[in-house]
Amino acid sequence: MSEPIEIAHRESSVLRISVRTAAIMLAFTLVFTALMAGTYKATEPLVAASALAEKLRLIGEVLPPGRYDNDLMADSIVLPPQRTLGLDEETRIWRARKGGMPAALVFEAAALDGYSGRISLIMAVDADGRMVALRVTAHKETPGLGDYIDPKKDKNKARPWITQFSNLGFDTVPGAKWRVKKDGGRFDQMSGATISARAVTNASGRALAWAVERRDVLFGLPANARYEEQRSKP
Amino acid sequence: MSAYKEIAWNGIWKQNTILAQVLGLCPLLAVSSNLVNAVSLGLATIVVMMLSNFAISALRAFIPYEIRIPVFILIIAALVTVIDLAFNAFLHDMYLVLGIFIPLIVTNCIVLARVEAFAAKNGLRASTIDGLAMGIGFIWVIALLGAVRELIGQGTLFSGIEMIFPTLSGIQILPADYPGFLIAMLPPGAFFVLGVLIAGRNWLDARANQRMREERIHHQAEHATEHANSAPA
Repeated sequence: MSEPIEIAHRESSVLRISVRTAAIMLAFTLVFTALMAGTYKATEPLVAASALAEKLRLIGEVLPPGRYDNDLMADSIVLPPQRTLGLDEETRIWRARKGGMPAALVFEAAALDGYSGRISLIMAVDADGRMVALRVTAHKETPGLGDYIDPKKDKNKARPWITQFSNLGFDTVPGAKWRVKKDGGRFDQMSGATISARAVTNASGRALAWAVERRDVLFGLPANARYEEQRSKP
Repeated sequence: MSAYKEIAWNGIWKQNTILAQVLGLCPLLAVSSNLVNAVSLGLATIVVMMLSNFAISALRAFIPYEIRIPVFILIIAALVTVIDLAFNAFLHDMYLVLGIFIPLIVTNCIVLARVEAFAAKNGLRASTIDGLAMGIGFIWVIALLGAVRELIGQGTLFSGIEMIFPTLSGIQILPADYPGFLIAMLPPGAFFVLGVLIAGRNWLDARANQRMREERIHHQAEHATEHANSAPA
């Protein structure tokens, strides 16, 4: 006679245990999410400051501080994703000026055809249309083989591979020659790792041509404005 | 052997995460292409293992058995996130080197394995020591793996140390014209070297067992002769 009562009792205790377990899980989730959110909030200003310092360091690598006298961080424009530059995200172009005159554009680009995918680049192009310097900021090329595109990994410390682009423009190297030697151009490559060098060389040539063509527009926009690609004129 | 000594011995040799348990190979194989990276990942792993073992051991009374795994994962992931943010904010130079390794530790199942196998059942001090010992067991093997791969692959040791200590630089061990042996730097090289290390450990253990067995037989034989001698003629 007592069976139905027992089943009801068991069911209610199962329900109680489930609710209790769920409540504990929820409590743990809340506490640890709060811990993460709190740490994030507390460290946010410091992290942002380090990210800015890191960006300034990268810019400093491609553009010596002596080349400009304006506040670079305040003088930048927004660049929507650009397929020519290999960029699928919004980036910024920093505009260096000296004595109010355009000195150089600092911007990012990417080669999508590296041996292991994307190679991210940063470069400075001066007002005469010359590459001040070019650097690789991120890549996944084969260690010990294709990673010489990054001067930190280049065995030639005196004259790393990537520095051969410095101070060159299309006035000294015509566009058709802005290729690796294997493709009939003027830039060296390491044998056995041509793909990495070719990707960087071609991407930098495309980016240089892109910047030279739009130099006046890019320097002329007000700070923090958004650059919009002009439709080609009829 | 005291309990703590046994925990330490388990972590460093007997139950070594890599050589005996063969766990957590994904970050291990990805990051051991040179000594500096290997030691960096090892240090970050020690920190995470000690903290997660400590935290789980402290909270073990509040965690129902049925949902322990999701709670463990939640706690480990939260701790790693907090460590990652704290490194980024307060030790930024070190973060630039170690930063990419910290999120990798979440994928290291050895952290969850120790929490489940040890910290959930043991006290605070023993659990923390277990995390430290397992971490040390991890770091010496990954350091050895990194050193061997770097030496065979490019003939150097400590290359890339200038990213941590700008005044130091890597050492060329083999002659400068050593052409390098690329496969040691690539993922297959990691498997080859790891295989050799595990075989080495098995050999040492087998030898120790053999010796123990021989000693026992020897002992028994001695015992038998003694017995025979003492028996009346």
